Order: sequence, then C-alpha cells, then structure tokens
Amino acid sequence: MTAGVRRACLGAVGILLVFGAAQLALWAGGVDQAVFPLPSTVLSGTVDVLRDGSFWTATVQTLTSWAEGLGISVGLGVPVGLVLGTLPWAEYAVRPLVEFLRPIPSVILLPLVLLTVQDSSRTEVLLIVFATLWPVLINTIYGVGEVDPLARQTLRSFGFGPVAVAWRVSLPSAAPFIATGVRIAASVGFVVAVAVELVGSGMNGIGSYLVQVEGGTADVVPQLALALLAGLLGLLINAVLAGAEGRAFRWHHMQTAAADSV
Amino acid sequence: MTSWPGPLPGITRYPPSRHNSGANLLEINGLTRAYGSHKAIENISLSVAEGELVTIVGPSGCGKSTLMRCTAGLLTPTTGTVVLNGTVVTSVPDRVGAVFQDYSRSLYPWLSVVDNVALPLRRRERRRAARRKTALAALESVGLVGFEGRYPWQLSGGMQQRVAIARALAYDPVLLLMDEPFGSVDAQTREDLEDLVLRVRAERNITILLVTHDIDESVYTGDRVIVLSKGPGKVRAEVPVDLPAPRDQIATKELPEFAHLRAEVSRLVRGMRPPAAGSPPPRTAPAASGGWEAPGGG
Amino acid sequence: MKRLTGLAARLVVLAAAIGGWQLATRSGSNPYFLPPSTILSFMYHQWFDGPAGHLWLTSDATGNMLPSVGRMLAGLAIASLIGIALGVAIGRIRVLADLAEPLIHFGRAVPPPVAVPFFLFVFRLGTPMEIASIAFGVIWPVLVNTIDGARHVHPGQLETARAFRLGPVQRLVRVILPSAAPKILAGLRLGLAVSLIMMIVAEFVGGTDGIGREVATAQTTLDMPTIWGAIVFLGLLGIALNMIFAVVERRALAWQRGAARTE
Repeated sequence: MTAGVRRACLGAVGILLVFGAAQLALWAGGVDQAVFPLPSTVLSGTVDVLRDGSFWTATVQTLTSWAEGLGISVGLGVPVGLVLGTLPWAEYAVRPLVEFLRPIPSVILLPLVLLTVQDSSRTEVLLIVFATLWPVLINTIYGVGEVDPLARQTLRSFGFGPVAVAWRVSLPSAAPFIATGVRIAASVGFVVAVAVELVGSGMNGIGSYLVQVEGGTADVVPQLALALLAGLLGLLINAVLAGAEGRAFRWHHMQTAAADSV
Repeated sequence: MTSWPGPLPGITRYPPSRHNSGANLLEINGLTRAYGSHKAIENISLSVAEGELVTIVGPSGCGKSTLMRCTAGLLTPTTGTVVLNGTVVTSVPDRVGAVFQDYSRSLYPWLSVVDNVALPLRRRERRRAARRKTALAALESVGLVGFEGRYPWQLSGGMQQRVAIARALAYDPVLLLMDEPFGSVDAQTREDLEDLVLRVRAERNITILLVTHDIDESVYTGDRVIVLSKGPGKVRAEVPVDLPAPRDQIATKELPEFAHLRAEVSRLVRGMRPPAAGSPPPRTAPAASGGWEAPGGG
Repeated sequence: MKRLTGLAARLVVLAAAIGGWQLATRSGSNPYFLPPSTILSFMYHQWFDGPAGHLWLTSDATGNMLPSVGRMLAGLAIASLIGIALGVAIGRIRVLADLAEPLIHFGRAVPPPVAVPFFLFVFRLGTPMEIASIAFGVIWPVLVNTIDGARHVHPGQLETARAFRLGPVQRLVRVILPSAAPKILAGLRLGLAVSLIMMIVAEFVGGTDGIGREVATAQTTLDMPTIWGAIVFLGLLGIALNMIFAVVERRALAWQRGAARTE
C-alpha cells in the first residue's frame, strides 16, 4: 500500500484504539460513569445534541458573531497593517502599544465592554475583534516587510505612485502572509467566541448552550459531546480556510518550496 | 622496478613497499546492497592495507556513497561482508571516522567549532578539559588555530570541511572514510584540502578510503584507484598509482605518469575501451624499458 | 542616533496615548472609563502598597495575583513537559505519528474553554480544575510544534551522530533536542499566550481566588477600579512574560539566527 493509504489506515486505527481502550478501561475499571462516561455513551449523547434544534441555532449564532468579528478585524487590520508595514518608523513607534494590548485576554475585557455597550452580542463581536485584530495586523506588517523592494522599485520607476504600488505590488505579495494571519485569527476568534459565550451572562451561542446544558442536571455527557462537536467545527473551519489559502496562493507555496530546495 | 628519466628536483621516490606488511585492515567481500529490486552496488570486493590511501571513483549513480555507508556500518549489506581488523562489521565499528560531503549538514550549528570537534570524544573521555585539549590539537593539525570559539556557519566552506576533518581526526580512527569530502568547495580550497589529507595520512599513518568523482583527485591522492562501473556499481578496475611522494599539486601533476594514469582512469570511468595498441596503457607500473614511450606511439 | 529618535518616538506615542486618555476621561462623564491616574493609584494602593518584606505586595495581591500567576505557570510547566516528551517521541517514531496525529489534530481544534465545565465537573471548584484547564490549553500548541521540530531534524546530522557512535540518549540530547529547539520554543510561546487566556477563563468559571475571580466579583458590584486594574495588570504581565521569554529564546537560539542568515 502506498504511504498515504498506510497513514490514513494507521490514523483510523489510532482513533479506534483510543476509543476502544477508553471504553474497555472505563467499563471494566468501575470508574464512576457519571463523571467519566463511556465513549459510546458520549457518542450517543452527541447524536442527541445534534438532534436538538437549539444546538444548531446556537452554532449559527456563534458562527455569525465569529464571522462578523473576523470581518471587522480584517477590514481594520489589513489597511492599518499595510500602512504600518510601509512606514517602518510608524510601526516602530506604535509597537509598544501593540505589545501591551496584544496579550490581554479578551475575556478580562468582558465585564468592561458589557457594562459599556450593554448588548451581549455586540459585546461578543467587539471582543472577537479585539482578539483577532493582532494576528491580522502583525502578519500584514510582516507580509509587507517580505515584499521584494525590487518589485516595488520597478513599479515606481514606471511612474506609479505610492498608493498604486501598495495596491498592485505590496498587497498581492503580502497576501499569502495576510492569509496566514487571517487563518490564525479565525482559529483564535473561534476560541474567544466560545470563551466569551461561556463566561458571560446573557450570551448566545455554543458557549452559553454548553452552560445551559450543564446547569442543573449535573450530566457530563452533553458537555463532552459538545466538546467533540466544537472540535469538529474547529477542524472544519480550519480545513476550509487552509484549503482556500492553499489554492489561492499556490504560486506562493510553490515559490517558497523552490527556494527552500535550492 | 621503474627507472625514471631522472628525479625531478624536490621529489623523492617512494618505494611501492611503503605499505605496512601484509595485514589488510579492511576487507570487503562480495558486497551487495539492494533497495527493493534495485541494486545500488553488486558483488564488490576490495581490500585495503593498513596505511593505504585508496580512492574510489566512478560515474554518478555507481553507488559510491552506498559503498561508504556499508563500510561505515550505517547500512547493512544485502549480501557480502565488510571485515575490519578481522571483525565483521554489523553496526558502526569503533575507531572509524567519517567525513561527509555536506559539512553544513554534518556540523552542528548550535555548537562552537571546538565543541563540534570534541563531541564524538564524549564516549571515550569523561573529562571536559581533556576532550577540549584533544580537539584543539586536532584543529591545529588541520591548520585552524584561533577559530575554536566560532560557530561553523561563521566559517567558509573550506574551513568548515577542515573542522569536519579535525573532528574525524580527534576521534583517532584507524580507518578514515571520506565520502566526496571536497565536492562542495572551490578548486583552490580543494587542492589545499587534498594536501592536508595526504599530510595527515603521512603523519599518523591512518588508513583512508576516499570516494570522489574528481578523477584528478583520485589519482593525485591515492595509492590505488578503484574504479566502479555505472549502477549497479561493480569494481571495474583497480589502478595502482605509482607516483612519487610527497605529492605536489604542480610538480606531480606535471609528470607524464600522472597524465597517463589520469587518462587511464578516465577511460575506465567512462567505460571506454583501452587505447589503441602502440600507446602504453599502464595498467600496472610502467614497463621497465628504461625510458618513456611517447603516448600515441609517435 | 537613529535608535534614540526611535525610542523618543515610542515614548511620544505612549505619552500621547496615555495623555489623551487622561484628558478624555478626566471629566468623569463616562462612569465606566477611568482616567489612568485613578487606575494607577488604585493599583498601587490595592496591590503594591504592602510591606517591603512581601515585595511590596499587599495581602490582596498575594492572595490573588500570586495564586493566579502560580497556577498559570504550573499549568504551563506540566503541559510543556508532557507535550515536549510526547512530541519528541511522536516526531521521531513514524508509526506512533501515524497513529496519533489525527487525534492530535482533533484535540488541537477543540476550543479549550469548552473543556472547562468538564474539568469543573471532575475536579470541582478550585486550583486543580484551573491547572487542568490551563494545561489542556497549553499542551496542543506545544505538542504540535514539538512534533514538527523533532520530525525535521536533518538526516545528515543524525547520520553523523551515528557514524561517531553516539548512543540513542546522546543523539536525543545532543542532536534532536537542539535541532528541534526553535520549533519547540515557538510552540512554548503559543502555549504561554494560551495559558494566560485559560487562567482567566478557568477563574471566571470555577475559581475561588485570583485575578479572574476578582474581576468576576467586581462586575457584579460595578467595581470599575478593580476591573481596570486587572486589565492593566494583565497587559503588563503579558509584556513581562513575553520579554522574559524573548530573552530566554534569544540566548537559547543565538546560533540559529546566525546559521539561518548564512544559509
């Protein structure tokens, strides 16, 4: 069998092994199944969750907030990043501010934003924007830095002004790096969305669904089921974005691969 | 055995019986290495006496590197054996030093030059100071004094390869395996490194097996040249090199004998027929006719 | 000279930002946005006005900040050790990698906050639940990056080690780990960021003390100074941690920048 097929088979075996081992250990080991349910129970719990209409509503709500927040981040981060990337002194001056704001976990801003804005879904979007802005911004700046100065100068020598150069050279050249930033931001945004929904009061979405499902019944199965589904959703988002990025920027990947092999 | 037109100034003749008596340090018997159904080398047999410098040359794809790796114990042969000092090689034997072509991949960028050279000594010598001392001595013997604290990537290609050689020397091997060690450096540096190897061999009497694709190099450095055929690699011929020692990049290469040997090896590598009758094909030492026959019989 | 003007520019920007903020909020028209002067004086009195013997930390600070940071570091350490050990094994052993990678990719995709209620269920309120949550978040980037680094050791470097008869342990310590170090450190850097986030989330959900818990309480009592103090503190903490990490990284990987530059 080819390497790829072998890898896929072993991967499947790995999943089954873990599943089987957990099933066996928990079933035979007499562990409290209220706390550590059998994988089979979790799977059937997953089916139950999938059948619940409010789960799907919650998913859509999360995805909507996520997309909104990401969109605003890109709309803000890319232009600002392009400018800062082209003007190194500006980037240097602004750096400390960025470095201060960047590590602040969005969740700690939740009370402040919620009190100020009063609207829970707008709060969520704002917090997603805050969290996702930095990867986009920083990767855009980096991407602009990677643009071949020769390419820029060539266009300038043909009489194109700085804006045109930015639009025709810097942006397309930096685009793969921006795309990487967006992919990272997408993943971060998803995590923040769920975190905010989980922690905040009066929120909608997967995080709050998780809280509702947990509260009162002390049943851990739906929690684990939701963790499973959230993971699958995250994989899906990442796969879609990575696939789109790979196809849109095939030229870039081939170019870097060729450069690496030199 | 041979009379020369007269000794050229500065060069002394060395008798063929220079090699130490009898005992072959390395014996390769019927070595075959296959990858699946594809044979890289087939039925290679050769022996190397102690203190000899044997060069191996051949067209690309003749399995030179595979041969080296089998000899070094890094690859297991499919059939055949490698015998070092009477013991069959099954894994990497002790006291065999290796120098590979790609020094940038064999020197460790996170270690300084002296730490790189001292690293293989860890097994043998527990004391750090002693290891360092040996390493510094090895670096001195390759002409790299004062660079201990630098990092490999701060050095030129030729210097890096010297570090690799120093590392192999510090290891105090009985057998030194060099797999196209000078392939990545420029011609000038290459000549310096070739002379370095010759000098080191003379000083320490190490046995050296040197793989190269450069025919000049194979004749210039070797006591014997072994020519491999195109893949699957087999021993096509063994050409003794009876050039005087010490070798000199200019004087030795000026000798007609060098040109003959070089041509002979070239023909063998290219798989050409021996030259037409009339011009001497010195497969062994030149004919004891007292003089030179001009090439081409003219 | 250029450095000085750059530095001056940074100070100007910072001063302008803080100064602008101060002016905008001084009037007190918006009860939710406090001027920097208020925030900083609150922070000082609340947290940094303690006895010198306690590093000037007040009991509030030692009761909240220290446990928070301690838990964060504990979770970071546990997850890093496990992640690096497993990562090297998986990176080097092909079969293991083929078996484990789909699971790892999946685990990595689970947003860590989602696991927090489960940990709450298992460990109940308090420190173990928080450390488990933090570790769960940290382990994935560390694991994935370590696998990548361990997998891509130059075969030439390993072959050289074998040629010089370095044993498997020596090869691990002297070749594989140094070679993989850049990627491992990249994973640790990501883990550091995640640990900060998970610390707060865990404290919000199931904490009994700590910065996160303080803010959660402050939200109900509309205690704006605490809310702002925590934000500023976390920003400063983040900068400090990043700087420390950058220093460590620079020393550990000094060779790599040089090598990459000359390649």
